[in-house]
Amino acid sequence: MDFLRPASWEEALAAKAEHPTAVPIAGGTDVMVEINFDHRRPEYLLDLNRIELLREWEVGEENVRLGASVPYTQIMEHLRAELPGLALASHTVASPQIRNRGGVGGNLGTASPAGDAHPALLAAGAEVEVESVRGSRFIPIDAFYTGVKRNALQPDELIKTVHIKKADGPQQYSKVGTRNAMVIAVCAFGLALHPETRTVRTGIGSAAPTPVRAREAEEFLNAALEEGGFWESGKIITPSIAKQFAELASGACNPIDDVRGTAKYRRHAVGIMARRTLGWTWEQYRGTGRTLEGAA
Amino acid sequence: MANDTRVAAAPAGTPTKVTQGSRTKGGIGESTLRPDGTLKVTGEFAYSSDMWHEDMLWGQILRSTVAHAEIVSIDTSEALAQAGVYAVLTYEDLPTEVKNYGLEIQDTPVLANGRVRHHGEPVALVAADHPETARRAAAKIKVEYKELPVVTDEASATAPDAPLLHPGRDDHHAGHVPHPNIVHRQPIVRGDADEAAKKADVIVSGEYVFGMQDQAFLGPESGLAVPAEDGGVDLYVATQWLHSDLRQIAPVLGLPEEKVRMTLSGVGGAFGGREDLSMQIHACLLALRTGKPVKIVYNRFESFFGHVHRHPAKLWYEHGATKDGKITHMRCRIVLDGGAYASASPAVVGNASSLAVGPYVVDDVDIEAIALYTNNPPCGAMRGFGAVQACFAYEAQMDKLAKKLGMDPVEFRRLNAMEQGTLMPTGQPVDSPAPVAELLRRIKARPLPPERQWESTEGADVRALPGGLSNTTHGEGVVRGVGYAVGIKNVGFSEGFDDYSTAKVRMEVINGEAVATVHTAMAEVGQGGITVHAQIARTELGVTQVTINPADTQVGSAGSTSASRQTYVTGGAVKNSCELVREKVLEIGRRKLGTHHPAWATAELLLEGGKVVTDGGEVLADLVDVLEDEVVEIEAEWRHRPTEPFDLRTGQGNGHVQYSFAAHRAVVEVDTELGLVKVIELACAQDVGKALNPLSVIGQIQGGTTQGLGVAVMEEIIVDPKTAKVKNPSFTDYLIPTILDTPTIPVDVLELADDHAPYGLRGIGEAPTLSSTPAVLAAIRNATGLELNKTPVRPEHLTGTL
Repeated sequence: MDFLRPASWEEALAAKAEHPTAVPIAGGTDVMVEINFDHRRPEYLLDLNRIELLREWEVGEENVRLGASVPYTQIMEHLRAELPGLALASHTVASPQIRNRGGVGGNLGTASPAGDAHPALLAAGAEVEVESVRGSRFIPIDAFYTGVKRNALQPDELIKTVHIKKADGPQQYSKVGTRNAMVIAVCAFGLALHPETRTVRTGIGSAAPTPVRAREAEEFLNAALEEGGFWESGKIITPSIAKQFAELASGACNPIDDVRGTAKYRRHAVGIMARRTLGWTWEQYRGTGRTLEGAA
Repeated sequence: MANDTRVAAAPAGTPTKVTQGSRTKGGIGESTLRPDGTLKVTGEFAYSSDMWHEDMLWGQILRSTVAHAEIVSIDTSEALAQAGVYAVLTYEDLPTEVKNYGLEIQDTPVLANGRVRHHGEPVALVAADHPETARRAAAKIKVEYKELPVVTDEASATAPDAPLLHPGRDDHHAGHVPHPNIVHRQPIVRGDADEAAKKADVIVSGEYVFGMQDQAFLGPESGLAVPAEDGGVDLYVATQWLHSDLRQIAPVLGLPEEKVRMTLSGVGGAFGGREDLSMQIHACLLALRTGKPVKIVYNRFESFFGHVHRHPAKLWYEHGATKDGKITHMRCRIVLDGGAYASASPAVVGNASSLAVGPYVVDDVDIEAIALYTNNPPCGAMRGFGAVQACFAYEAQMDKLAKKLGMDPVEFRRLNAMEQGTLMPTGQPVDSPAPVAELLRRIKARPLPPERQWESTEGADVRALPGGLSNTTHGEGVVRGVGYAVGIKNVGFSEGFDDYSTAKVRMEVINGEAVATVHTAMAEVGQGGITVHAQIARTELGVTQVTINPADTQVGSAGSTSASRQTYVTGGAVKNSCELVREKVLEIGRRKLGTHHPAWATAELLLEGGKVVTDGGEVLADLVDVLEDEVVEIEAEWRHRPTEPFDLRTGQGNGHVQYSFAAHRAVVEVDTELGLVKVIELACAQDVGKALNPLSVIGQIQGGTTQGLGVAVMEEIIVDPKTAKVKNPSFTDYLIPTILDTPTIPVDVLELADDHAPYGLRGIGEAPTLSSTPAVLAAIRNATGLELNKTPVRPEHLTGTL
């Protein structure tokens, strides 16, 4: 195995162009596990740790530009207001040691349905900026996940920045694991209210071959909120709306049975999380602030 | 996130009071600090996996990828051809006629002989100059398997046409088992259960399932074998019993035991998982073949295949009671899955059956326990050893009975609690304190932790809620439950086993001070034995400086660090040898100084503060003047009271040495919609006879409690019933409690002396592991109203989504 250590982003792109099979490594919290267990044995490892720009973030007018290697700890500490859903998701990632190393770029690169960041990115709305020597392009998050552990990257492309919409309303994130900390997701759910566009977006993790949005649930809820004038009135969402939203979210799952949980449980739990996260965000939107950010 | 500074629901202070102090500073009863404590928490402690030797090779084991198969062929040529490979060994290379090993039944092949019986069975060995080279070479060994049908439970194992795991068995249990795929069967019959059942006003029964728990010790199996010039081998290894290893290793190598010199190296936990051999013989074989030191270190994945687990069990129980709450009778059948090899299965059967009633008075019982041979992973010793599975079932039964009678579950238990003098179902009288009712009274009397501790003005603190940091509830669906359980565990090896320990104690003057040296083969696996040995030596010999020599096979056996026995038995041996040394020292004193004071001849003399004193406290001489340049050294074996085997038909017999009791109260909060559990508090009351080191006692109780919690709500090795393959051999999917899962564990320590034991002490390590699990289950049942007959409880069980 050859270890490539580009000193700059340009060098990294050149290396990836020359060796398209090279596996990029930053925090190494995913890649090293795969290598240690001999699950993969890449010809080349492309170390991105010398590339400063990948560890930088910038809060813009509408978006947060999040470098692919910004560790989860930094997101939790510095971007809680702008990216509340992702900050909550970051809290659930593994252990403090892993959170100090791992970043969203790794989650996206691996594209495991169990990656903790995905539901939050789907709910917030994001674009993944990828680049190669041929140029750069923006991939909408909805089009990024193409299969089990597969994404829309071309072999010569690297993930540079994730452009995530700044929160314009409350966001929530829940994840079920069979331990109270340091656990891989049995399933997860992210929800973001977007009062500016009067829409609700969602993300489901670990309950389908890829991270997915619960589109029918979103459409139903968007229509119900609009028709009922909920955005203006801020009145309590009726239990029947919440129930149907939860059922549709549950229906958006396409899970499997595995050692971590049954498909039936995953569907059930996603429904419960959908109902609860809707309740928490809506309560906050209404202004009581009681359950702000989930107090993680 | 305003609550970052608030206190999380991690273990808080321990409101525990224990007696402290002794006449000699640093003696028994004091919480002297462990010598390995600081090193371990700062990462400086040298574990067995840290060893290194110049010119050392690395050993790698190739394990079977299938559970049950005939080995058609093994081709090692490609592996041998790889640069850096020094040796590749298979069954054909074993040097002597002894090719099997085992704790009681020698049924485990050192390397597979034409057949593998479980997933992960060792097939071949590689030694290479780099661990990665060894691993790649092992992967190049071509093994052709012809798969055979698997047996995975009682029905398939005892079917008329079931493939036999060990055809032609000739072990000492073979003659009395009803089927050759049953390792051992122990019935216990006392009184007349059928007749007594007629007096019952209520009868409850249930089937209970206990999952396969792993010891999950943090230091994986590892050791270093160094070939010696005399043709022997020096083996440095993390184990639980050096001499038991030695007895199994030497015959396979074809060496006399004195040529296999074993030294204990840093042990990273054991919990029963190091009672059986792992890499010991393999490293020695490779070292002797290559003439070079060979180190083997398992990774976590291999560790899950490299040691036995706790027997999963299916238990059927029936109890009856009169309407005034007295238990009339009990019938039970316990089926333990021993997996492919016997390991400790026979003894686990003995424990499960003889302790099947629990700490209750039940005169009429009909008990049967068996262990199966199957193609599942081998199971053997783990903390609680057969008593854990039984306790899970009988405590569920106690709650069912109490409920049916409309009685308080604690009062019902107290009404039926055994006490000193009660006869066990084996007919053995309990002849030391058995404060079962008192332990229950104490845990019940403790104030309950406040409700809704997660609530604050700033929102919910998710760390104190089910789901924790995963942020699944802010109080929705959360219901509290409280549950109680109590258990009984035997201490020491039972059923007539010669369970002795050896201690060598030396006393001499060094640099003008009388000092002592203690040498035993006791495996320090984290229990704190070396700390206790020094305390005993200080107490008995009145010295300050005590050196504990490394444990090795240059001294006699100290028995196993298991069965809660080490402080009792090797502690007893150290005490005994110290007493013999003291007698010798006093003899020297009388010879040299006897004429200086009449008390030398007439008084009871003690050694205290470096001096010979009378029991009245008068100083007769300084030990420096008594000993001068004489060295007193004595090595002696020590035995507790003998036990006897259980009758094979009736189970009668004085089979156990001592009993140990603990009770728990669990307070849980359950998210009933998501099926997630947060244990809020797990209070324990335990009788320890005498706390030799109170801090260590509390540590043992809290550790055992946490291990019991683990198997209540998360820990389980999942084996595919179709293929008998392990599905979750990693810490990603075999979950053990984190500190956020670990509740406050207040401990209430009783010290009621057992007059038969050294200092009145009681073995303590296992009892808390018994009652912790059923207490948590009872609390979850209390919160949810569900029956829950299986442990661990999964979210699916609580939400009807299996």
